[in-house]
Formats: sequence, C-alpha cells, structure tokens
Amino acid sequence: MPQSANLSFANLSAILLSIVVVMAPHAPHVPKWTVAFCLIGLLLRVHAGLERRPLPARPLLFSFAAVAIGGVLFSFGSLFGRDSAITLLLAMTVLKLLEMRSQRDINVTVVLCYFLAITNFFYTQTIFTALYSIGAAWLITGTMVSLQHQAGPARFLQVARTSGLLLVQAVPVMLVLFVLFPRIEGPLWGLPRIQNSARTGLSDTMSPGSLSRLSLSDEIAFRVEFETPPEDAKQLYWRGPVLWDYDGRTWAAGQRITLSSFRYESLAPNLRYSVTLEPHDQRWLFVIDLPARLPRGSVLTRDYQVISFRPIQQRLRYSAESSPVYRAGTEALPAELKRALALPPDAAPRTRAMVRQWRELGLSGLEIAQRVLSIYREQPFIYTLEPPPLRKDPVDQFLFETRRGFCEHFASSFAVMMRAAGVPTRVVTGYLGGEINPVDGFLVVRQSEAHAWNEIWTRDEGWVRVDPTAAVSPLRIERGLATAVPDTDPQPMLRRTQLEWLIELRHRWDAVTNAWNQYVLGYTQERQTRFLSSFGFSNVGWQDMVITLMIATGVIIGAFAIGMFVRLRSKKTDAVQKLWLRYCSVMAARGVVRNASEGPKDFTQRVADRFPGLRERITRIGDLYIDLRYGKTDTPDKQDALNIRELRDHIRALYLAASSPAKTP
Amino acid sequence: MSTLLHPVVSQISHVILGKQQQIKLTIACLLARGHLLIEDLPGVGKTTLAHALARSLGLDFQRIQFTSDLLPADIVGVTVFDRESSAFNFHPGPVFSQVILADEVNRATPKAQSALLEAMEEHQVTVDGNTRALPEPFFVVATQNPSHQVGTFPLPESQLDRFLMRIHLGYPDADAERELLEGRERRDMIDDLPPVISPEDFVNLQKQVRTVVTAPALLDYLQAVLAFTRNSADYINGLSPRAGLYLLNAAKAWAFMDGRQKVIPEDLQAVLPSVVGHRLSPMNGYSALPGMDLTKRLIEEVAIP
Repeated sequence: MPQSANLSFANLSAILLSIVVVMAPHAPHVPKWTVAFCLIGLLLRVHAGLERRPLPARPLLFSFAAVAIGGVLFSFGSLFGRDSAITLLLAMTVLKLLEMRSQRDINVTVVLCYFLAITNFFYTQTIFTALYSIGAAWLITGTMVSLQHQAGPARFLQVARTSGLLLVQAVPVMLVLFVLFPRIEGPLWGLPRIQNSARTGLSDTMSPGSLSRLSLSDEIAFRVEFETPPEDAKQLYWRGPVLWDYDGRTWAAGQRITLSSFRYESLAPNLRYSVTLEPHDQRWLFVIDLPARLPRGSVLTRDYQVISFRPIQQRLRYSAESSPVYRAGTEALPAELKRALALPPDAAPRTRAMVRQWRELGLSGLEIAQRVLSIYREQPFIYTLEPPPLRKDPVDQFLFETRRGFCEHFASSFAVMMRAAGVPTRVVTGYLGGEINPVDGFLVVRQSEAHAWNEIWTRDEGWVRVDPTAAVSPLRIERGLATAVPDTDPQPMLRRTQLEWLIELRHRWDAVTNAWNQYVLGYTQERQTRFLSSFGFSNVGWQDMVITLMIATGVIIGAFAIGMFVRLRSKKTDAVQKLWLRYCSVMAARGVVRNASEGPKDFTQRVADRFPGLRERITRIGDLYIDLRYGKTDTPDKQDALNIRELRDHIRALYLAASSPAKTP
Repeated sequence: MSTLLHPVVSQISHVILGKQQQIKLTIACLLARGHLLIEDLPGVGKTTLAHALARSLGLDFQRIQFTSDLLPADIVGVTVFDRESSAFNFHPGPVFSQVILADEVNRATPKAQSALLEAMEEHQVTVDGNTRALPEPFFVVATQNPSHQVGTFPLPESQLDRFLMRIHLGYPDADAERELLEGRERRDMIDDLPPVISPEDFVNLQKQVRTVVTAPALLDYLQAVLAFTRNSADYINGLSPRAGLYLLNAAKAWAFMDGRQKVIPEDLQAVLPSVVGHRLSPMNGYSALPGMDLTKRLIEEVAIP
C-alpha cells in the first residue's frame, strides 16, 4: 500500500490552502468539470490526511489522469493552447497532491503552486491580480518555510515573518527583472485573444437604444493626459465612427476611404495629448476633432476617423494632436455628398413631408439646421436615458409621437430631416465629456459618455458640427450626463452618488489604477527603450538587456551573500586564530587544504605526513597553536606573547620557503 | 596517556581483542563519572568487557540479569523481618557495588528499569524510607539488545539520557577473531586479571579530569555543534544543555587520557559519536544502528571556529 510522506496535518493544510488560493481565480474560466474534479481531489486528500489513510493506489491515479486528459480533449479538442494547458495543469496539480509520497513530491507540488499563481496573469493583469499573486506567493513561501521547519511545528507568526522577509529580499531582483527583462511587442506571449463579444464600446452601427444602453456602463473607455490643457476638457468631441448609410432604422459606417492628405484651417491653437485606450476589439482610435497629427500606426479616413492598422486588443497608449476649432472639408467629392443625402425611399414619410416644404424656401444649409433645432427646442422633447421603444418608423414615431429620446434619437432624426431637406449630413459617434481626476489630472472618459452628433456640409464652411442634443438639453453638453437626464432615469451607479467621500475615493482608486496601467502594464518595448536611453543607454538590444539582467541579479544576490557572510564572520578573530588561518592558507597553497571541521592536531598530523622534512617545525606550530588557543581560559600573559611571536616566525619561515621553492627542504 | 591508566587499557585489550577504541571510550566514560550503555548483539563481549574493567580497576562487581519479571526489589534489595532479633533487616541488593553490569536492560519492565536508573542518577537508593548511599566510584554498564529484537522494552529517551555514552562493540576483525579463537578461555583470563590501579587512585584521577582546561575557543566549537543539531533538519530534536555538559565532561576525560591538560576539538570529535548518538533521533529513515552515520555527518558539517 503506498504510504504518504511524513507530513504533519498542519503542513498538509498549508499546502492545500496554497493550492486552493492559486486555483480559485481560475474557477470562472475553466470548464465546470475541472472545478468538480479539483474539489473531489482536494477532498480526497483532506480525507486521507485526517483519517491517516493511505493515498490512492497508482492504477487509480492513472485512471484519474486519463479522465483529466479526456476531459481536456473533450472541452478544448486539444492539449495545447492556453486554456487547455491550464486546465490540464490544474488537474495534474491535484493529482500530484494525491501522489505526495516523498519529500520530493511535496516540493514539486509546492513549486507547482508558484507556477499556477503566475498563470493567473494570462487572464487578468489588474492591480488586484498582482496583489493577490503576491499574497499567494507569501502563502506558498510560508508553506515552504513551514515544510523546512522540522524541529517541531512551526509557529505561524515566525513562518509569516520569514516568508515575508524572503519576499522583501526578492524585491530588488523583481525590480531589475521588471526594468530590464526584454519586452515583446504584441500581446503577452502571443496568446490567443479571448473572443470577448461582451466587450462594451461603440460599434460602427447605431440604432435607437444602442447608445442609451451603453450609457449605463461605468466602464472606462479611455484616459487622456493633456500636454496643453484645453479650456474645458468636458466639451471636447472625441471622434469615433462616422455613420453615413441609413436603412430606415440603423445607421452604418459603410466603407471607409483613406485620405492621403487634406487641407484644413486651424482657427485655434492645437491641443496635444496622449490617450490610453482600453481595448475594444475595433480598429478606430478616439481623437479630438479635428486630428492634426496622427498616432503611430494609424491612418485617417476621408471622414476624419483615425483607424489603427490593427484591432485594439490590448490597452494602447498613443499621442495625438488636434485642432479643436477648424474649417475643413470644403473640397468634398460629389460621390460623398451623394452618399450624405441618400435616404431609403420609404423611410420616415411624415418627416419628409414636413421637411419638403422647406426646400422650396431656398434656405441655406445652416438656416435649415437652425430650423430643425428649433423644432427640438420649441416642442416638448425630453432628453432621457429611458426612451420608449420605437416600433414603427423610428424617426416618425420619435418626432411626432414619443418625443423622448437619447442622443442617438436626436442625431438620427436630425440627419433624416436634413437629408430630406437636401443638406448633406452625416452622423458622428464618439464620446463627449469625461471627468478630470483631481488626483492625477487625467481626463477619464467612460462608456456612459458615449454620444452621437451630426455634421452638415455647406459649400463655404465644409463639414460643420451640429449637436442636436445641445438644443434639447444644453446641460448635457455643459455639465455632463448626470444633470441632464431626469432624476428618475436609471444611471450608472457611480454617476448617481452625491457622497463626497465616495467620489473622492473613486478618484483616488482611479488614479492608482491609471498609474498601474501607465507605468506597469504600459511599460512596453518603446517605453523600456525610452527609459533606458534616459540613463544614456541607447540602442540597447535584448541580448544586452539579458546580460545586464544577469549581471544585476548576480550583483544583488552577491550583495546579500556578502552581507550574510560579513554577519557570520563578524565574530572577532584574535591574533592567534589569524596566524593559524594564515598557516592554513600557506599549507593550502602547498596542496594540503584543511577541512573546516578538521582540528589542529589532525591537521598537523596530516601536514607532517605530507612534508616529513618539515615535521619538526609543523609539530611545533601545532603545539603552539593548541596551547595558545585551547590551553588558556584567562587573559594572555608574557609567555603567550613570546609564543605568538614564535608561531608567527615559524609560519613566516614556511611562507618564505613556499614562495621560493628552491629553499624548500 | 596517563601512566596510571595505560596498564588498565592494555590489560583489558588483552581480553577484548581489537577493540582499543571502545575500551578507551569506556574508561573515559568512567573518568567522566558517567554510565555506559553498550548496545549490541549477544556474544560480542559486552559482559566480558564490563567484567574485565571491574577486575582491572579493583572494583567489586555485580551482574544483574534483567528479565521481564525482574522486580525493583531484586535490584535495590529487600527488608526482611528477622524473628530472632525481632527487627527488620535490610538485605542489600546487587546495586550496592561499584561496578554493575545490568545485562539486557531493555528486557525488563519499565518499573524495574527505573529502579536502576534512579540509582544511577542519584548515587543512592531509598528503601522503606531509608536513604542509603551507594559506594564510590559507582559505575553502571548496561547492555542492551538492538531494540528490534523480540521481547524488549526500549528505554525511553529520558532514561537513555542518563547514560553518558552508548557504544557498539561490533564484530572483531579477522585477526582479532583468530587470536580469540586460539587464545585461552576468557572466563579464566578474567579470573586471573590482577587489579592494576587502586580505587582511590581512580577516584583521584576522576578529580583531576575536572581540572582539564576548556578554552573559550573550544566552548565556541561545542556551542556550534549544539546549535547545529538544533537548527538542522536531520534530527527530530536538538541536543539538550545537559548533553552539552556531558559532551564537555567526556571530552575532558578523553583529553586527560591523552595526557593533555586542555581540550582540543579532536577530543570532542572523538567522544561525540558515543555521547550524542543515543540522544539524537534522525528525522527520516536511518535505522539499524541509529546515530552513527548522523554523528559522523555532524562532525563533518560543523566548522571549527
């Protein structure tokens, strides 16, 4: 019957706890059977430990392993890849637990725990994850300390202290690794991206209700750090997808046409800023109207959208420049204008009937826009997050029946009216507003800041922004969403609160998260290069970094080692002992090395046997040393001084003889 | 070696062949006023050694064969009512002698064992409320069968601790064995052994042993050894302070036998296996003759400061 290794129940509990702690974060994203499998394994081990039962026999473990492998193949179809590998690792760790027969097995299990703690980073890299992992490392290290503590059960506080001390000692190495470990461009280890359809954010279509739903989300869309502070960051329009094509209900972006160069007039100083964009799986980047300098790796479309070369699947930091007051687009293409006028023939018949008359009045585009906006202003339109559902033609029903809507309703109906009146119009989606975090000065833009507005084209002015929401609810533009909608509307939780301390706390926490994102997760290859060059190391290749890394780690560990050594050696060595050590090193040079545990008599004997010609002197040295070091309990007297001198003379003579071999007898 | 002790060692060596080291350890144990435990298989000369020792030192000798039905009274003696004098008379047991061979001490029940062990510790026995001092020198040589043998009550750690040394005799080497086979009957040889030192001289030597110098450097080494056993993962428990004291006494005796008035690390190393072997339990897996390999390692691992 296989016996479990000699393991106290306290230590077993520590191991089990470590395993539970490192496995728990994986529970939500592994298949359900894995959770059950691991729980059963853990319970079996607890049972065996409590009842002092033998561990399961090998054939049983083999069948467990077969079940685990079969399960992974069934769930993932492969043993490779992140998810299947981690599932397999979890199952195998539990099996190893059931196989802890020797000290070696126990060590393997505990080391596996460290590895499992790291795998959590494959899924999430928040500050919480990091703190959790540090806690887990502390626990695992404590378990190891406790396992090594064999003289009786270890005291909890002592173990926690030793383990903590070990972790603290690892901090310098951690910093060196963080700064110098070569960063890889691209997602972590080229892991497959999770297909996250549930990721919130703007899409390139807009239908009634899509933005108001988005507005309920507190998630952060992006953060902005301004180099040149704008007059009012809250009134900046962050340009996202531009929507051209209307099918009677939904606006869509349609095809994008890249713009190679364009002319515009900037009427105010440019804004310079950098944006840290949360991943949204789409390709557009948010830039303030109108982009003057593009972020790296992006292109501009004819409708001034900034499109990244690749989908944004991880947090991206980019810097851009914009001119907030501008005149652009006077040289629009005829095809473009035609697209900006197109309406499905059966869309919004009542609205078109109302607007048709304006066409005959010969009004300019801007005048028509004013007329439309006055409709919103004068009639009882209400800006609300809970618009009634629109089942018929959405524009007609909104304009003539419900009159309650969110920005997409206003933008959509405005565009339909303008197009019906013969003014080229498009819908622009993006974000408006945001909140300056007073702690670190970053502008935080959340999903709840999603907005839609319009642009109309006139021959003289080009594309001009018109925000119909502003006509209905100026507060939305000036003060933000929370004040603009009726109090009864559901709102994102954080928006609703008026508690000062909660707001303060949120700001602080947000600043911490931002710092983490900016400086820890955002420490990319580019930043690494920049950081190193700020110390005068430019053009550092990864090979150099690895070498520096090794040297730095070696230096740190060496420093600790020297510190320990000095502490051990700090006991004062007296003159006799110094002479003896000198004698030992002289003999070592001659090929007779004293073992640390070899006493003076044995050593003398050995040396004398090796060098019979020197026997007399060597014996004398041994006797003198033994007498001086072991023969006295009181303070040295005159005779001792003489003996020390004699000892020194003998040793010197040996040393001289050794350094000039010719004299060696 | 001290001129007084040399004849003792050489005389016993003629009886117990090829076991010079064990004989020296035995005498060192005696000089340090400790008791000796010999653990080995039957028939390797445990009794002969004890007997030869007693004869050579001129001490009176008693042997107590421990069995599972041995009672404490069989060791310390009994009080018997004498009808003629109408009084209780104490009949001293075998414990009242200078050298006692407690044979197969682990065959007796714990109760009988403890009667002897208390006498060893206190150098006196108490019977019916009367405390009676034991003769000086008082020296117990206990023999023990390996504890895996049938019908043994292994001595608990606390009682093992009262023995200064535990030694193993082991089989003689081929030459010694041949000499043994060719030689005279051992029993006759022991009967013919003359005392080569008087008990008074021996007590005197015991007193001299206590004056052997232990320098701070040596105490450093001793403490390093003790600390090592307490911190190492090899042992269940570290050495106790008493073990340290015993180790020092034994080292002094060894140095004294070597004709030195100062203890050097080699002395400590020489007696260390015998003194600490039965006080250290290995953490995992060493069996059979426990301690020997571990003590060798202990010597090698601890650097001499």
